[in-house]
Amino acid sequence: MTDAVSTKRAGSSGLGRRILIAIPYVWLLIFFLAPFVIVLKISLSDATIAQPPYTPLLDLSAGWQGVVEWWNGLDFENYTLLTEDELYWVSYLSSLRIAVISTLLMLLIGYPMAYAMARAPKSIRPALVMAVILPFWTSLLIRVYAWIGILSPEGLLNAFLLWTGIISEPLYIMNTETAVLIGIVYSYLPFMVLPLYASLEKLDESLLEAAADLGSPPWKAFWQITVPLSIPGVIAGCFLVFIPAVGEFVIPDLLGGSETLMIGKTLYNEFFLNRDWPVSSAIAVLLLLVLVVPIAVYQNVQARQLEGKA
Amino acid sequence: MTKPTLQDPHMALKPAQKALGPIRRSFAPWLDPSAVPLIRFENVVKRFGDFTAVDDVSIDIHQREFFALLGPSGCGKTTLMRMLAGFEEPTSGRITLAGQDLSGVPPYRRPVNMMFQSYALFPHMSVEQNIGFGLKQDRLPRTEIEARVKEMLKLVKLEPFASRKPHQLSGGQRQRVALARSLAKRPKVLLLDEPLGALDKKLREETQFELMDLQMELGLTFLIVTHDQEEAMTVADRIAVMNHGKLVQVATPGDIYEQPNCRYVADFIGDINILDAKVASAAGGMARLAVAEPAVEIAAAAPDPSPAQGADVAFALRPEKVRISIDPPPPDATNVLRGEVWDIAYFGDWTKFLVKLDGSEKIMRVSRANATRTEFAPIAWDDKVHVWFAPDAGVLLTS
Repeated sequence: MTDAVSTKRAGSSGLGRRILIAIPYVWLLIFFLAPFVIVLKISLSDATIAQPPYTPLLDLSAGWQGVVEWWNGLDFENYTLLTEDELYWVSYLSSLRIAVISTLLMLLIGYPMAYAMARAPKSIRPALVMAVILPFWTSLLIRVYAWIGILSPEGLLNAFLLWTGIISEPLYIMNTETAVLIGIVYSYLPFMVLPLYASLEKLDESLLEAAADLGSPPWKAFWQITVPLSIPGVIAGCFLVFIPAVGEFVIPDLLGGSETLMIGKTLYNEFFLNRDWPVSSAIAVLLLLVLVVPIAVYQNVQARQLEGKA
Repeated sequence: MTKPTLQDPHMALKPAQKALGPIRRSFAPWLDPSAVPLIRFENVVKRFGDFTAVDDVSIDIHQREFFALLGPSGCGKTTLMRMLAGFEEPTSGRITLAGQDLSGVPPYRRPVNMMFQSYALFPHMSVEQNIGFGLKQDRLPRTEIEARVKEMLKLVKLEPFASRKPHQLSGGQRQRVALARSLAKRPKVLLLDEPLGALDKKLREETQFELMDLQMELGLTFLIVTHDQEEAMTVADRIAVMNHGKLVQVATPGDIYEQPNCRYVADFIGDINILDAKVASAAGGMARLAVAEPAVEIAAAAPDPSPAQGADVAFALRPEKVRISIDPPPPDATNVLRGEVWDIAYFGDWTKFLVKLDGSEKIMRVSRANATRTEFAPIAWDDKVHVWFAPDAGVLLTS
């Protein structure tokens, strides 16, 4: 009798649990998978001057015949175009290159920052973390515009350098790849510093003492103990900045001028200037596929770390 | 299990060694004035801001000695050890090791190794790599490192776990890895910072004996920091009791227990009855003490020189040195007091009685070994009893 009761209870709580688990899945289905399927469908369509600007449209009033017609209208010619026109794969490669370079730059700048923060007296650490997060209180757009004011030929940087006499001609940084790199490094640095700080702050001081005790001088202990133990933070930080940097649009658009090709900008141009929704959808789908690989690697590494700790 | 013989084990004991407690008779270099100590703390002071962690401490530790620093937390014992390891520099005074002044020598150049309280195992390295870490720093040839690591794994019986990571080991196994790692470089001195704190009681006891065996086998000098008096008594040749950064007494476990030099040591080590008293008279190694509570006069063996008449003293008496019975004591018994059994704690091997002495609120703690399985007239709660003790059963403390 008691068995029957408990089974029933387990059954009902099982249902409740399933509903609870279903909520995030439904969320992902509605807000991630459905839009992606729509984008995928558009990428297989043809551009047309109409509202909406692509064909074929699914006409359910025509019954089964309509569905067949719609299906037959889909093809891969937009993807073929992406491989044929140099513009696209040059944009992809350029985006990846800029993302890699800026990620490495952020690692070089961010690691010492995070290390200094983690080694600072405990009482001032929250203030330092606050200082890293503070820029987020201003809109990204405004901050990038501020860089125009700094980098332009008559901007603050040139004015200062001319005043000190280090240079006699203004530097042309604006509308170059350098400006884009500066912008990306500046904007994404907190995403590199915070995970690094989190992993460095956890580091047990007694491990470094143990290393010293066993004959390892401080600089050697840094490479033997601190760096290996901060690898999770390095990986997290790199992926957190690399993935959005590849698809970055605002920074190359404002700082890079027409010279810098990045896939986010190309996508924007196709979509809003060319009004070619199918081609820009194809670009977006391909970008997602390119980024799925590093995202999968990142997830895998994280999962393994969680396992290791359990 | 004997120490390398420095003196003839059968030779008569020197007077200073006349003690009741256990001593390894063959090993007592601290009694030899010509012996050169391995480690010397000379008037070492350490201040952190206004706080004096170590206050003018001088200790000599000899080669092959198992030396314990004992005291409550915050007494400065860990700071003293960390100064020897090189993690802290003394504010004044100096520390020498084998005649070499250690001031300014960084920890990575000191021939001492430490076993950390938290073990501080490197989580990203396997057991083997942890043990071999110190050897790798010395740039020993790979084959030699491998051989030494293997030897260490065998010593701590962890051969099957060589390639495991620390998080895959039990607490006891981690403790062994930490021990092996600190021994791998064959340091002149091994420092043990509360090494057994994280183990359960049984494993701790086992490990204490293993540590002693290991220390004798390897012929190393061990310095252990602990707040556990039983642990210090078990493993150490000599114990330094510390309080508030000051050294209170340095002696063998037997002397610390039987000849405490002050109230603090008497009270800190083991269970004890302390009777506050005034000296009524004292002569020829004997004194009459007027006890404050209960108001009785007792006979006590007095130290030399005798304390002045009227001086405030304390008579410290271990529970096991007090006799108890319902029947009147034999006629030659001294210091007979009467009381009522207030509480009884039965431990199996022995029983502790708390006796409230007549005419006072004073509780006398008496313990008795249960030498037989049955007793003719067992003592029960509320029984009127006699308690008595010999004049030399306790220690007369003047401070």
